[in-house]
Amino acid sequence: MTHLDDRTEPHSPLPEGASAQVATTDEIRIRTPEKVCGMGHPMKRKEDPRFIQGKGRYVDDVKLPGMLYMDIVRSPYAHAKIKKIDASAALAMDGVLAVITGEDLKAAGDLHWMPTLMSDTQMVLPIEKVAYYAQEICAVVATERYIAADAIEKVVVDYEPLEAVVDPHLALEDKVIVRDDKEKKTNHIWHWEAGDKAATDRVFAEAAHVIEQTMHIPRIHVSSIETCGMVANYSKVTEQMQIYMTSQAPHAHRTVFALVSGLPEQKIQIISPDIGGGFGGKVPVYPGYVCCAVASLVTGKPVKWIEDRSENLQADSFARDYHITAEMAADANGKITGLRVKTLADCGAADAAANPSKFPAGLYSICTGSYDMKAAHIAVDGVYTNKPPGGVAYRCSFRVTEAVHMIERMTDIMAHDLGEDPADFRLKNFIRPDQFPYKSPTGWEYDSGNYKAALDEAMKLIDYRALREEQAAKRERGELMGIGISSFTEVVGAGPSRDFDILGIKMFDSAEIRIHPTGKAIARFGTKSQGQGHETTYAQIVAEELGLPAADVQVEEGDTDTAPYGLGTYASRSTPTAGAAGAMAARKIKAKAKKIAAHLLEVGEEDLEWNVDKFQVKGSPDQAKTIQEIAFAAYTNHPQGMEAGLEATDYYDPPNLTFPFGSYICVVDIDSGTGEVHVRRFVAVDDCGNIINPLIVEGQIHGGLTQGLAPALFEEIVYDENGQNLTGTLADYLVPTAVESPKWETGRTITPSPHHPLGAKGVGESPTVGAPPAIVNAVVDAMWHLGVRHVEIPMTPQRIWAQLREHGVTD
Amino acid sequence: MSRHTIKLTVNGEAVEKEVESRLLLVHFVREVLDLTGTHIGCDTTSCGACTVLLDGRAVKSCTVFAAQADGRSVETIEALAADGTLHPLQEGFWEKHGLQCGYCTPGMILSAKHLLEKNPDPTEEEIRWGISGNLCRCTGYNKIVEAIRYAADKQRESTEEVSA
Amino acid sequence: MIPGSFDYHAPTSLDDALALLTEHGGDAKILAGGHSLIPAMRFRLAVPEVLVDIGRIPDLEYIREEDGHLAVGGMTREVALEDSDLVNAKYPLLADTARVIADPLVRNLATVGGNLAHADPANDHPATMLAYGASVVARGPNGSRTIAIDDFFVDLFESALESNEILTEIRIPTPPAHGGGAYLKMERKVGDYAVSAVAVQLVLDGGTVSSARIGLTNVNPVPMRAKNAEAELVGKAATDDVLEAAGRAAAGECDPSGDLRGSAEYKRDVTRILTKRAIRKAVERAKGGN
Ligand SMILES: Cc1cc2nc3c(=O)[nH]c(=O)nc-3n(C[C@H](O)[C@H](O)[C@H](O)COP(=O)(O)OP(=O)(O)OC[C@H]3O[C@@H](n4cnc5c(N)ncnc54)[C@H](O)[C@@H]3O)c2cc1C
Ligand code: FES
Ligand code: FES
Repeated sequence: MTHLDDRTEPHSPLPEGASAQVATTDEIRIRTPEKVCGMGHPMKRKEDPRFIQGKGRYVDDVKLPGMLYMDIVRSPYAHAKIKKIDASAALAMDGVLAVITGEDLKAAGDLHWMPTLMSDTQMVLPIEKVAYYAQEICAVVATERYIAADAIEKVVVDYEPLEAVVDPHLALEDKVIVRDDKEKKTNHIWHWEAGDKAATDRVFAEAAHVIEQTMHIPRIHVSSIETCGMVANYSKVTEQMQIYMTSQAPHAHRTVFALVSGLPEQKIQIISPDIGGGFGGKVPVYPGYVCCAVASLVTGKPVKWIEDRSENLQADSFARDYHITAEMAADANGKITGLRVKTLADCGAADAAANPSKFPAGLYSICTGSYDMKAAHIAVDGVYTNKPPGGVAYRCSFRVTEAVHMIERMTDIMAHDLGEDPADFRLKNFIRPDQFPYKSPTGWEYDSGNYKAALDEAMKLIDYRALREEQAAKRERGELMGIGISSFTEVVGAGPSRDFDILGIKMFDSAEIRIHPTGKAIARFGTKSQGQGHETTYAQIVAEELGLPAADVQVEEGDTDTAPYGLGTYASRSTPTAGAAGAMAARKIKAKAKKIAAHLLEVGEEDLEWNVDKFQVKGSPDQAKTIQEIAFAAYTNHPQGMEAGLEATDYYDPPNLTFPFGSYICVVDIDSGTGEVHVRRFVAVDDCGNIINPLIVEGQIHGGLTQGLAPALFEEIVYDENGQNLTGTLADYLVPTAVESPKWETGRTITPSPHHPLGAKGVGESPTVGAPPAIVNAVVDAMWHLGVRHVEIPMTPQRIWAQLREHGVTD
Repeated sequence: MSRHTIKLTVNGEAVEKEVESRLLLVHFVREVLDLTGTHIGCDTTSCGACTVLLDGRAVKSCTVFAAQADGRSVETIEALAADGTLHPLQEGFWEKHGLQCGYCTPGMILSAKHLLEKNPDPTEEEIRWGISGNLCRCTGYNKIVEAIRYAADKQRESTEEVSA
Repeated sequence: MIPGSFDYHAPTSLDDALALLTEHGGDAKILAGGHSLIPAMRFRLAVPEVLVDIGRIPDLEYIREEDGHLAVGGMTREVALEDSDLVNAKYPLLADTARVIADPLVRNLATVGGNLAHADPANDHPATMLAYGASVVARGPNGSRTIAIDDFFVDLFESALESNEILTEIRIPTPPAHGGGAYLKMERKVGDYAVSAVAVQLVLDGGTVSSARIGLTNVNPVPMRAKNAEAELVGKAATDDVLEAAGRAAAGECDPSGDLRGSAEYKRDVTRILTKRAIRKAVERAKGGN
């Protein structure tokens, strides 16, 4: 792979009007009546009837005649030479058809390695050595699931264990080389910088206050309740490869498969059926998928592979794992002036992060957050270790979670150090509404924002000042109560194609709308819902634009044979990109509809105006043609010389990203004996611009908040010094239940995006990004008076207990 | 390997099948009977995606052998709206947006069904404890709690109507 | 994760079950609620050749008071304890325990007999039964015998049961007037085994604790009684100092190992704290007449 030494961030100037100052409201904009159900209506989800009746169709529900099953033998070592794989006993079993090894893949055309999204390479099946625990060794294909499970027990692998390097700091010493297949014998992968180093150093030299803090954003896992899986169905007769796959990006996966396998792209169909949660974990191509497709190619039969949960937790892509050292500077008035950050990114055994290609550290340089400061400089180094590869954008727009955690912690520490109330300190340092469009010191241009409005609203909802009084009273009695704030800025909707691509494919997205003669429609998109409710949201967008009832718009995604090409759903990009494409395609249709209406009404186009669902003659609204009438005419009575039909396609390339934001306030009580943290209240005020479906938005926020709570208090992938995964099942990887998850309270402000056709920004990830630092800030706030400055996440009871005992608190 | 002929009632219908003794009930339901509304989310009895009612009690069907269900009755999500009308819980999950990806939903609904049979008027706290054997990664649980509350109210209304 | 193959038997009488167990010796395992055994089989940590399902033997599920004790049938499900008015009214320590075992779905199948027979120091009933001074009835080919709970837990995952014995009943002495008990468990989340948990059953005589038994969960290789802690408590009024001394004693006499739930030091300290809190709660209940 290329070493991205000394890269700086690659933004180029924005087109005019991509950002602007816009007003903030708290009113959801509704412009269509309920029967149309356009934007702003809390429409019940159109996809739900099948799910609540057990009729969803997930990959494991696909059953094809003659289907075989695949299971995978995995490494018990994190680093070992493979001396021999003896599959003879497995092959001798009744019902076992094939065992696929790295040698077999090599013989099939060097398929034993595959490219990653970050232009690194990753082993599919190893030949010489394994580089992480639970790595795929070989795949067994059998007539039944249970026989395949028996057969993997019979494969004998002779390993020579090697020393493993687990700590990325130690990896930099290059004593153990993870990737000896590379020319350069080093674990260091890349170095990346953003911002202005000289200017930042100057700001620090002049600062009145400087703080420094190290923090680790630990390895976590998306742990969607459905694991990954595939049914591959290759026909030796037609040479067609049909694939059902848990894929958040079916089109991109089809292209990758075509490039890697050499099969012609038109012969590959990828169907991403209902997906049981994705959160970024179903973006990468895992070795299991490749083996499953090869197994079908080899046998000419359908082959199913469904991961076990433990395989999913142990070998699939992780998220986060950033080791951060941050410094913040402030002037004598308590104004933040600069930020200087060094970060080590633990990439595991391959750089298989799911970032846009030019961004090895994703959008991490958004880390100046909601605060106006003079200068910032960020340096990140990627390093190999003997752990599974990954770095997925787990409900996060490419490393924004890490960025927000850091800036919100630093801001809080600075406020406490200066003896200022953390809310007041934030209010003082926010980028002001009149500064938008705001150019950040690391080169981003924030489209719109009103950070004060969101924090004011959160403080009002939770009665912040009263809580501070309660806290003071409790402190007198020795009780530990803390209040934490996080006022985050997100950056989503990748993205503008001048900067954003994945393996060279620009990060646009697409929509295709066809209106049928009876005025009903089908709309297809290049994205793929995994629970976000696209079938409803997109229908509402079409309804908003064309006045067709959302109920009459059938939305389809996920089948590469029918849907237009798109980059898929992750990083909150669906509404900003495909949603916008839907609006733009609808507008193309509307332009044609206007011509047809003019023809039908025998007036000029300039004499017509749009009214919810019809074109009417200006001044005489009785003379009108509804969109349904126009649709019928498009097939029966369209103007001479005009093409029949009413349909359009749009590939939308956003002019800029969108910058959702919010302010969260969390109240915790700490048990000074056991160190347990109880989240008593949590208020989340989100601003995601215009809202398409408030019910869905609220659901997304609740879900994201629980996924933010989880890493703050419970979840971490833990390895021992040999690289063994100690949290490889759901018994030890602690996904919160309804009991641990508090009753979330939500509020909103609305500051539309000036450049998005609908003024929407994308919301799915803000809470996952914004919640963890609010909780940490609350916990530290509860103990600051004791001398506690920082607590690493997950804030397990033992970690809190250790701090309490260290600072003299006992029970 | 021993095989057994098991006879049981599934969603009100008598079923007789020969199965391997180690066949898990969840695989029996999904793969032998093709009732794929019951899901699998883990291998440690942790997630509850596989919840079915066994003799009316909510259990994790990944931790029961099909042979153990011989002679008993099994109810899966597919039974709930068999007559074409949604069960109040299904209605509640739809009305209150109690699902996103839908993967945990059948298990949640069946857990909630058993919960409401034992406790027709649960508090928020009781609902949260009642579904604590079922993991949902998408919803953050607020709206699942609301959905179950909705069903509780609806069921109590209809029993009051009947008794009135 | 799929279990290995085995022969399955579902006898409908204790005698048939015992005959099967005797016939197959060490190759056979009893299947009760299956919620310890089946998870282990799925990871092939247990690969029994024969399973004897005791779920179809009649009359092993009951909760009743007789002869000064509570008799709980070996196949009684956790949910039955949770729902029992008798248990909730007179055996709050047992009610506390049942409620914090695993999650509601698991409790619908998991059995009390299996929980004890599995002899897992992480399970919750062992500590509770130690605190109650319960006894266990085991039925073998030659009839029944009663095993005092203090003699029941032999080693990690090893009980005093022979491989051809079935635990048919647990007997819990009915607490006297002014008896009280409590179970306090710290878990990382619902469904988790304890970081540490403490079971206390005591009797008050006026202001002093006249007798007390304390059991500890998951802080020792074998389920254990905290006898030193008991000694600190008995004959004294439950003052803060006495509670602290008892807590320290419990922390000192257990032998936890460090793992993801915490370091040994942490678990000892949690044991100290939970011991104090559980005693306090038990005393309150004793005063209230439980
Ligand atoms: C997700 C999960 C979480 C859990 N959390 C907890 C927890 O927090 N606390 C807790 O205490 N437990 C917990 N458990 C364990 C659960 O309570 C088990 O069910 C229990 O330990 C064993 O009971 P069983 O009836 O399921 O026994 P089985 O699994 O059927 O049997 C367990 C062992 O005991 C033997 N056995 C069973 N019954 C008898 C008998 N009558 N006579 C002789 N031998 C017998 C079996 O042969 C086997 O070796 C959890 C289980 C799961 C799956
Ligand atoms: S599949 Fe997770 S509990 Fe059954
Ligand atoms: S809705 Fe996706 S797991 Fe619950």
